[in-house]
Amino acid sequence: MPGWLIYFIIFGTIFGAFGGAAVLIWFERRLLGIWQDRLGPNRVGPLGIGLALADVIKLFAKEDWVPPFADKFVFVFAPTAIVMAMLLGFAVVPFAPGIHVIDLNIALLFFMGMTSLAVYSVMLGGLASNNKYALLGGLRSAAQMVSYEVFMGLSLMGVVMLTGSFSLVDIVNTQAEKGWFVFSQFFGFVAFMMAGIAESHRLPFDLPEAEHELVAGFHTEYSGMKFGMFMVGEYLGLILISSMICTIFFGGWLGPDFLPPIFWFTIKTFVFICFFILLRAAIPRPRYDQLMIFGWQYLLPLTLINLLVTGAVVLWL
Amino acid sequence: MSASAEHALTATVELRQRLPHMSFLTQQTIDDIPTLWILREQLCEILRFLKSDYEMLFDLCGVDERLRAHRDGLPPSDYTVVYHLMSFKQCRDIRLKVALSENDINLPTIASVYPNANWYEREAWDMFGINFSGHPNLYRILLPPTWVGHALRKDHPARATEMGPFHMTEERQDKEQEALRFRPEQWGLKRKNKNTEFMFLNLGPNHPSVHGVFRIVLQLDGEVIVDAVPEIGYHHRGAEKMAERQTWHSYIPYTDRIDYLGGVMNNLPYVMAVEKLAGITVPDRARVIRIMMAEMFRISSHLVFYGTFAQDVGQMSPVFYMFSDRERLFRIVEAVTGGRMHPAWFRIGGVAQDLPKGWHEMFTDFLDWMPKRLDHFDKMVMQNSILKQRTKHIGVYSTAEALDWGITGPGLRATGMDFDFRRDRPYGGYDQFDFEVPVYNNGDCYDRAMVRVDEIRQSLRIIRQCVANMPAGPYKADHPATTPPPRERTMQDIETLIHHFVNVSWGPVIPEGECSVTIEATKGLNMYYLTSDGGTNSYRTRIRAPSFPHLQQIPLISRGLLIPDLIAILASIDFVMADVDR
Repeated sequence: MPGWLIYFIIFGTIFGAFGGAAVLIWFERRLLGIWQDRLGPNRVGPLGIGLALADVIKLFAKEDWVPPFADKFVFVFAPTAIVMAMLLGFAVVPFAPGIHVIDLNIALLFFMGMTSLAVYSVMLGGLASNNKYALLGGLRSAAQMVSYEVFMGLSLMGVVMLTGSFSLVDIVNTQAEKGWFVFSQFFGFVAFMMAGIAESHRLPFDLPEAEHELVAGFHTEYSGMKFGMFMVGEYLGLILISSMICTIFFGGWLGPDFLPPIFWFTIKTFVFICFFILLRAAIPRPRYDQLMIFGWQYLLPLTLINLLVTGAVVLWL
Repeated sequence: MSASAEHALTATVELRQRLPHMSFLTQQTIDDIPTLWILREQLCEILRFLKSDYEMLFDLCGVDERLRAHRDGLPPSDYTVVYHLMSFKQCRDIRLKVALSENDINLPTIASVYPNANWYEREAWDMFGINFSGHPNLYRILLPPTWVGHALRKDHPARATEMGPFHMTEERQDKEQEALRFRPEQWGLKRKNKNTEFMFLNLGPNHPSVHGVFRIVLQLDGEVIVDAVPEIGYHHRGAEKMAERQTWHSYIPYTDRIDYLGGVMNNLPYVMAVEKLAGITVPDRARVIRIMMAEMFRISSHLVFYGTFAQDVGQMSPVFYMFSDRERLFRIVEAVTGGRMHPAWFRIGGVAQDLPKGWHEMFTDFLDWMPKRLDHFDKMVMQNSILKQRTKHIGVYSTAEALDWGITGPGLRATGMDFDFRRDRPYGGYDQFDFEVPVYNNGDCYDRAMVRVDEIRQSLRIIRQCVANMPAGPYKADHPATTPPPRERTMQDIETLIHHFVNVSWGPVIPEGECSVTIEATKGLNMYYLTSDGGTNSYRTRIRAPSFPHLQQIPLISRGLLIPDLIAILASIDFVMADVDR
């Protein structure tokens, strides 16, 4: 691959991800509006799409304020961590044959490592704010991530066994032969999706934020672009998880020939993004201990059984 | 003598026989509730005796009697404390009064007999400076701790212009802020035990889930609530004080804003009490219109509850659906009354206007539309398994506890108590309607919500009967005190013109007397207890709001639970801060 092409893909990925996140600000609110019998933002530009730009300008123009009682360095660092981690996660996503930043042979591990790092952002943000609500949010996120991290990894091991590789490109290519993994690894898919929502802490797994309980949870003290970074991080996470589900379980770029592969990838990812937004519109939030119980008592055994069965199938069939 | 007056008399005689060594002085009141003046020394004993019959301390309030002109036959008193007890088994009330002299405003606390007296006594202390000896924490409750004087005393100014100019200096601001600081020791809370240091979390007065300006300070061990101290008063606007300055008529809009989701339902007990004092009989059409509009507002209030309940449990969408249906309802309210949330539309002696042309179709459309939507909401909210997990077995209290703490309305019916004022002690014409009283048995958040959801359906049923059987006739009584009086003859004879002029400019004169009217409002039992001294404004207006005692018992049902549970509890109580603070 020529050098300029790599740079082109790198910048394309960064701008694509950021642009996607910015448009999601508008898109999510618009979609929620439609589902909730109202209009949603429709004033700026056609269909209100200018809102994405207006929001970004507003966030940049706001006062960059650090509360005097906060731990200054950590307070500023925390929101950057989530954006960095999520962006790095995009490095291993294969958008189409040959269009990826890098094809690591440990891509799956790298992806999980990066999403785990994003947890620090929430935890540190909660701690550094020196605010009781933020602290509770930080605590909750720590507990939530520790539990959901475990079977997020386990849920993917079935796929790894079937493919025999951690490389995402290999995983997609294997699906071309063996069919989408959503069929053979259905339970893995369910568990991964749950863990994915938890990882990007969106409703019903938005306990660290839980505006009805903790005001704004871990980012109570954040404003301006630092708050914006958390939001961008959340949307980046949403896109990343959606594209991972699409890559690992739904055949990535695979699809009939009348559309180029990258379109298939985009469409599939888009469907999952919509699905996540729909979840937000539909489901109430479980309590924090109920969430833990659900994770440890139901999802973890499910992924373990899935792993055993897959192992048995790979070994004996 | 009417049946109820006779009943009141026999109740008094019976009490005299059962407590021969006590001294009583009976007072005749217009509402025929047996009213007895008792001695301060005998208060606790009598209340303890009465508790077996009268399960609930329904209300406790003070009255500053120093300027009252018409007190013939009553014992001398500068400050009177009124205890209003209610029996649910026998469907009757009793009112006890204790006279206090200005030089010795002391009284024993009755919090050990009726636990909900705690806040009521604090309120009486706050408003009148009545000292309840033995009270565990007799601090101000509605006014800020820095307030000077007792607001409902007759010598306390009623408007800001009667006081000196107000300056918020930096010093003063610091002082006020310091006064708001929470001191656990003041409430008998420990800062740590041998294992942990507790965190004190200030939930409110501005918090997304406290439905207004309500502050509740939590003593937390991790996220587990060890204890809680609710603090109210941030929404206090002195509605009872304003009543003493407004005319009987011009006070009606203020009542709308007490339970601001209840709209005209707030007018109902007030105008009914004034009508009783004045001896006005309201024509049938007006009575049915009143019931119809009051039930509309019950639906509106319950829809807000329904949506916010789901929202507080984390479900984002239902509130939008419910508000759009509420909007449909408001369109009808607007067509009928001209207003939306606070139409102030009931009048002394009737309602403000007759129903508009085409009202029938509007109501019928709404009645056809709503049941389908309610079925849909049921599926979306009440049958949702996460919501059930979050709200079942959370915030449980028993019927006995509910009665002890003065809980009325849906919160009481959720504990298995089959009592509805509309059915069991009908007022304003409710005896003519056919409806059921939904009752649930667990007393938890989920059941409190279920009661309200079923009540929406019953309200629709009542409205349907109103629409089908709306009587013809006048919408206003033909009585001199009706305000504004019927206009037909105003331009014909001088007598009617004078009445009109006087009633509109000065307001009607209501004969002296005392009267209370209780209704089943949206949040529970709402009572207006009016004292007239024979003038154009009330001598004392006491508003017994249902939400006030509901908040008092929050610590009881939230100990040992988590913060999200507390939010579910707050949502399920369905309170309005204006209804609490008045």
